[in-house]
Amino acid sequence: MSDRLKRILAGIGSANTVTVTVLAFVLSVVIGGVLMILSDQHLLSEWGYFFQHPTDALSGSWDKVANGYTAMFHGAVYDPHAKQALRPIENTIVDATPLVFAGLAVALPFRAGLFNIGGQSQLIIGAVCATWVGFSISAPMPLHVLLVIIAGIIGGALVGGLTGLLKARFGAHEVISSIMLNNIALGVLAWLIKTKAFHDPNRQDAISKPVKDTALLPAIHGSSPELNFSTVLAILAVLLVWWVMSRSTLGFRLRALGSNPDAARTAGISVSRNQVYAMLLAGALMGLVAVTQISGTLSASHAMTTTLDNGIGFTGITVALLGRGKPVGVALAALLFGALDAGGVAMEAATTPTVPHDVVTVVQAVIVVFVAAPKLVQEIFRLRDVRRGEASGSGTGAAPSVAPATAVDSAAEAV
Amino acid sequence: MAVATIAAAPTAIAGGTEADTRRYTAGATQIIMGLVMLLGFGLGTRTAHGASTTFGMTLVSKQGTHVPDWVFPARPVIVALAVAVVLLGAARLAVQLPRRWRLIGTSVVLFCFTFAFMAWSAADPKGGERLILPSVLDSMVIAAVPLVLGALGGVVSERSGVVNVAIEGQLLFGGFMTALVGTATHSLWIGVIAGVLAGALMGLLLAVLAIRYLIEQVVLGVVLNLLALGVTGFLFKSLMQTNQNSYNNLTPFTTVRIPGLASIWVIGPVAFDQPLIVYIAVFLVVLVHLGLFHTRWGLRTRAVGEHPAAADTVGVKVLRLRYRNVMLGGAFAGLGGAWLVGNVGNFTENMTNGKGFIALAAVIFGRWSPFGALAAAALFGFTDALASQTSSLQLPIPSDLLTTLPYVATLFAVAGLIGRVRAPAADGKPYIKG
Repeated sequence: MSDRLKRILAGIGSANTVTVTVLAFVLSVVIGGVLMILSDQHLLSEWGYFFQHPTDALSGSWDKVANGYTAMFHGAVYDPHAKQALRPIENTIVDATPLVFAGLAVALPFRAGLFNIGGQSQLIIGAVCATWVGFSISAPMPLHVLLVIIAGIIGGALVGGLTGLLKARFGAHEVISSIMLNNIALGVLAWLIKTKAFHDPNRQDAISKPVKDTALLPAIHGSSPELNFSTVLAILAVLLVWWVMSRSTLGFRLRALGSNPDAARTAGISVSRNQVYAMLLAGALMGLVAVTQISGTLSASHAMTTTLDNGIGFTGITVALLGRGKPVGVALAALLFGALDAGGVAMEAATTPTVPHDVVTVVQAVIVVFVAAPKLVQEIFRLRDVRRGEASGSGTGAAPSVAPATAVDSAAEAV
Repeated sequence: MAVATIAAAPTAIAGGTEADTRRYTAGATQIIMGLVMLLGFGLGTRTAHGASTTFGMTLVSKQGTHVPDWVFPARPVIVALAVAVVLLGAARLAVQLPRRWRLIGTSVVLFCFTFAFMAWSAADPKGGERLILPSVLDSMVIAAVPLVLGALGGVVSERSGVVNVAIEGQLLFGGFMTALVGTATHSLWIGVIAGVLAGALMGLLLAVLAIRYLIEQVVLGVVLNLLALGVTGFLFKSLMQTNQNSYNNLTPFTTVRIPGLASIWVIGPVAFDQPLIVYIAVFLVVLVHLGLFHTRWGLRTRAVGEHPAAADTVGVKVLRLRYRNVMLGGAFAGLGGAWLVGNVGNFTENMTNGKGFIALAAVIFGRWSPFGALAAAALFGFTDALASQTSSLQLPIPSDLLTTLPYVATLFAVAGLIGRVRAPAADGKPYIKG
């Protein structure tokens, strides 16, 4: 046991997955801090007098960054001054929930060698179906929610499956057809919201009718209405995707397809059929994001708006990358991004002059860049190479971290 | 792109049936288009009661000779075009035509369909409604410029083997720096140069991370887009929004009128009375075409994009060429961003709004060629323009759906009409020497 501990301690200084991820986070926080300083005109002028009064600029900058990140922490994890000190962590979980689905929706097809950039369209069509079932059907409480969930899944899966079908049947590149479908879905959404069937007659702006109360996801416990059943669904989705990918025949086929399509074909695996399956599942997961947006508590209106996708389709890509394509990794990455989102909102409200929420987007993008380029982090911090046998996806960089190569699998399992 | 090659393999084996399937799909699509024209446009209520179509021919916003309106009876013209399209579709279905004729046929069908749509949208029994053709073309040019430049950036980068999904981010960052530097220096053109350099910088970032640090390139592009969105959004809110005058206030581009050519009938004011960047964009398309296919640089670029190991063997510096090309591509996209800002005079958050992705689609739709990219960008620009120009005509088709038409068309095109597109063989694959 102590031998093992020694090995772990020795591993900290090397470029293994955990060290790289932690350092990537540190670097992104530093870059976020620089951005905060750059955005403050008062501070910038103090930096102009840096050689006369170096302490002004330095202490001012430190205060600015420290205040920003403290506010973020209070908004995302724990706020000692609030009545419910743990309320922020609930916000984090609420924000993380849709990202779990979105991350899985990218990670799963990625393992099969497909890049799902069409999350936006899958989400939108899923939301259209879910909303319609939500306001037009009358059903008792648990049944109605179930129908909404199924409708969302079907809507998302239809679009995802269509992308897969176009790829498998006609060879249409999934990236270009997804981009097209995203734009088509946006147009359809903009149109539908204005139609009689969807538009809320009580509102002037572009918003659909709200779903009925029976179609809302119930809260997990009474004291915190924000935290709802969708989080349970997200945990189930993580388990299910994990099971499918690592225990089922389908998952084996998909991974074979991603690792080496020619070998998979030679082994008798139908490339086109499994491509469609992968995209169907991805679309279904994106449809669940739609359900959290419509029937969850994120939007208070419980209705479709033109901005309903809120960039989640694309954020899912970064979540999948940060989670290294593994279901549990995706869940952890989603939690981190959820914390940053929740914290960013709190920071925007708590700081003067306001530090805009967008700094979170930068931090998220930078983390992912560093995590995807372990060699870069290794060079910055002069980390040792990972020894042979002490397997890690972040070796000398021959294996890009999320690539569906088997090296990454063994790495994550070893760590 | 990396994954494109996966599905490409069976094509070679099943070539015959593939061509047949494509022929049936294309022929059937064309016949359906003809029937839509016939029943929807030609024999619909809008063209009933001897309605006539009025096309305005003078661009009011620019100087030029006044051209009288073009008025013709709607129904006979549309019906004739519809019959022509159905016949062409039937011909396509019946015989396997050579590639050149297929291309001409498809172009004619698209032209007829578009013309019939325009004739239908401007048809009115009372003769009050009109569609100003030069306005449509003018909006098309304005919408197409960033798409052309972005797509050109994609072409240059991907021809050398680096996938460029970061066009959106390059456009956005280029636009942002144009606004910032241009306002600070009180010179739009210094701003444009800053925008170009900012695009090149984004290109450099893409190149370093993709070539040296081997990040999966499609994912990297998406992440860089996110980064650009975050940085520009953050600085826009914290700097520009509070102080528009000192950070985000430019005098928009003025048009440069080419004497003589600008007074050509109808086309002149649209094609030869535009801001300088429009001419630069067209010039760059020609330049990149000549460069790619007639110079040493182009040959090397294509060699590196198709078979880097072979290029390396004969002494081409693979990585250096890729760095240069990706930066050059970024610079093109940066110019596109500068256009977006310089055209309206200020930057707004996420002002690219997916244009970079459309440019990416134009790269693929245009088969990685400069003129193909230009044609694709023009198509996207045209439908965009048509949707906005017809929005006042009270069409039974909602304009939201009309704007999706080019995307639907592209979807059909990549699925059936143009068949499997083939990316440069080494596109998206990092080159590791040894």
